[in-house]
Amino acid sequence: MIRYTATRLISLCISLIVASLVIFTVVEVFPGDPAAYMLGVNAQPDTVAALRAELGLDMSRPARYLAWVSGMVQGDFGQSYTYRTPVSQMIMDRIWVSLPLALFALVLTVLIAFPAGIYAASRRGGAGDIGVMGATQLGVAIPNFWFAMILVLIFAIHLRWFSAGGFPGWDKGLWPGIKALILPAVALALPQAAILSRVMRSSLLDMLGEDFIRTARAKGLSRRQALWRHALRNAMIPVLTIIGLQFSFLLAGGIVIEQVFFLPGLGRLIFQAISARDLIVVESVVMLLVFLVIVVNFAVDIAYAAVDPRLRVRR
Amino acid sequence: MKHLTALILAGTTAVFATAAAAETNIRVAMQLEPPNLDPTSGAAQAVDSVVYSNIFEGLTRFMSDGSVVPGLAESWEIAADGLTYTFKLRPGVMFHDGTTMDAEDVKFSLDRARAEDSTNAQKALFASIADVTVVDPLTVQLTLSAPNGAMLFNLAWGDAVIVAPESIADIATKPIGTGAFTFTNWVQGDRIEIARNPNYWGTPAAMETATFRFISDPTAAFAAVMAEDVDVFVGFPAPENLPQFEADPRFQVLVGNTEGETILAMNNARAPFDNKLVRQAVAHAIDRQAIIDGAMYGIGTPIGTHFAPHNPDYVDLTGLSNFDPEKSKALLAEAGFADGFTTTLKLPPPSYARRGGEIIAAQLRAVGIQTEIENQEWAQWLETTFKGKDFGLTIVSHTEPMDIGIYANPDYYFGYNNPDLQAMMTTLTSTTDPAARSEMWKQAQTVIAEDFVNAYLFELAVPTVAKAGIEGLWLNQPTAAIDLTGVTWL
Repeated sequence: MIRYTATRLISLCISLIVASLVIFTVVEVFPGDPAAYMLGVNAQPDTVAALRAELGLDMSRPARYLAWVSGMVQGDFGQSYTYRTPVSQMIMDRIWVSLPLALFALVLTVLIAFPAGIYAASRRGGAGDIGVMGATQLGVAIPNFWFAMILVLIFAIHLRWFSAGGFPGWDKGLWPGIKALILPAVALALPQAAILSRVMRSSLLDMLGEDFIRTARAKGLSRRQALWRHALRNAMIPVLTIIGLQFSFLLAGGIVIEQVFFLPGLGRLIFQAISARDLIVVESVVMLLVFLVIVVNFAVDIAYAAVDPRLRVRR
Repeated sequence: MKHLTALILAGTTAVFATAAAAETNIRVAMQLEPPNLDPTSGAAQAVDSVVYSNIFEGLTRFMSDGSVVPGLAESWEIAADGLTYTFKLRPGVMFHDGTTMDAEDVKFSLDRARAEDSTNAQKALFASIADVTVVDPLTVQLTLSAPNGAMLFNLAWGDAVIVAPESIADIATKPIGTGAFTFTNWVQGDRIEIARNPNYWGTPAAMETATFRFISDPTAAFAAVMAEDVDVFVGFPAPENLPQFEADPRFQVLVGNTEGETILAMNNARAPFDNKLVRQAVAHAIDRQAIIDGAMYGIGTPIGTHFAPHNPDYVDLTGLSNFDPEKSKALLAEAGFADGFTTTLKLPPPSYARRGGEIIAAQLRAVGIQTEIENQEWAQWLETTFKGKDFGLTIVSHTEPMDIGIYANPDYYFGYNNPDLQAMMTTLTSTTDPAARSEMWKQAQTVIAEDFVNAYLFELAVPTVAKAGIEGLWLNQPTAAIDLTGVTWL
């Protein structure tokens, strides 16, 4: 188990270094001078030069890459060009919207997908199964931003139950914060729940065809008892994989949903920073998202080993 | 259970508080969030939208109709030679941190803006100031190197507001000014809150608090207004929805002027646009009204030169470049391009450029000019098109007020080099007689229109959607500003 974890950790570190190089190169190669953008069309050349010096943009690229990476290792993401505040503070402010949103959406996804998947698997070929599969087919096909707009139209504009967007801040209390995240989380979760329930169903059905289930049935368990006691746990491996991928997707997918609901999260920060050529913010936020995704994948790898002892030995 | 009761109680009081105080709070939305709150560095208009006149004030200020009136300077005297301006400051003006605003602060602010290492985006406004002297605490004297007829106008810009040395270090996040509102809170990415300044020197604002929100997505903007999550949306990004708001008794729609001359800029320094006949052919190929209707859903005023049509000195020269494809083809043939040619069309992000660009490309194709459209982000446009001058055609709105002077700069991106016009502009800057200035503005407009430097499309309009019952909002945008000092609820 220790050796397995160690190899996973090394591959995690390599992924992070490669990611940082790719991100830095891609962002820097694209034309556009942040200082020129900030000063606009009437700026005089000496003003632009003064600002470039103030922002440290006159350093060479390798020097800026090293400064960026060594800063990050120490938890210092540098200073935003346009906002003139530390990037780490901006990220901390925003992550308290993006992370709860992604978690909320993930919980909703699981709460919807597990019962739906199990229900469909236990009624294979029946009307219930066909109904659930039809609904999930629709859910997979609908893009979440479109679904978000429909939710706003119904619940914010017509029924007036929710605000059309915005976030009051956690300091205004737990409920106002959660309320502001309900529509975005539902919009994010439903398409994912559709995917997950299909995976859940097919994974369970695969298990139900295995020998050990037949043995369990032969022992006298009913089909449903066999499903709950034996098939479910074994069906979890593919489901865990998908949940891991989905969390990454929910975190990144929040970028679009945050625009639709004008939530002050990481996605909005990236949008603003890209158009303002706030390179250091773009690089740092993307790096953070990559880091989170890689860490989630690492956690999923470790979780496999916990669920399936054979994996520990093989590596 | 106790917690639950407390929560419910807190919830109900919050509801009552909003209901009772509705007439003195206002929630204003705009599309872009300001990157910081310092109007004296950087060009982001969103900064001025929030702070101009609300938080910061200058010696002079703009009114909604574009006129320049006294601000922190109560009066001024201009010496006969036009080289010395003596400003009398208003007595008893306090910054929000309790310090007094006096001549030292004025000197500090102006010296800072024109300093060697200044990052003021409009440094040119202060170029003619040679010295700023404190005469006494309420009198300040500006000595100019040459007469400047636009001095009072220049000092009204958001880039020329008066700041204090005591609070300058934190200006980007904690702006301290002299205005009728004080800054209270900024939740980055979401909102900025300001509150009435009880110690304001002038008429206090009617609003107790105001909240600015930032909604960039057009669909989200529509939803936020319809759901009444915001009271006012300045610069509403989806003009196609305006008729729906006009028809709804809950809302009012204001369509005002801006200083944004939207032009199809041509690279005068590069073939084939170095040929006046080609430029003239492009100008005649353009159907302005079709662009206004198609790209802007009918809002915008056609222009025939680089000047705001609501300005009294504007000359209507649209007839000079009327829509006439046949004439355009004839001019192209005369210039040796009977079979047309191919050029690039670079489009920055705003919808006037992206939507307008498609229509213009079609109109140019009709006379034989093929365009390769390239969509660019602002930073990329600034770097390659504006600074690198790598373009044939581009569409942009020049939003700075009274900026016809850019035609006197041969290094400017559209590369127009006319020594006569350059001499005229130099004379104009040093002329202080209003009648003579007015005459020269008119001449300059005619010169650039007759040279077909660029194809002049329309003056950008700014639509504001507000709840019925809100009064005192600026109709026009002579400078980027959402001045809330005179806003009331009926």
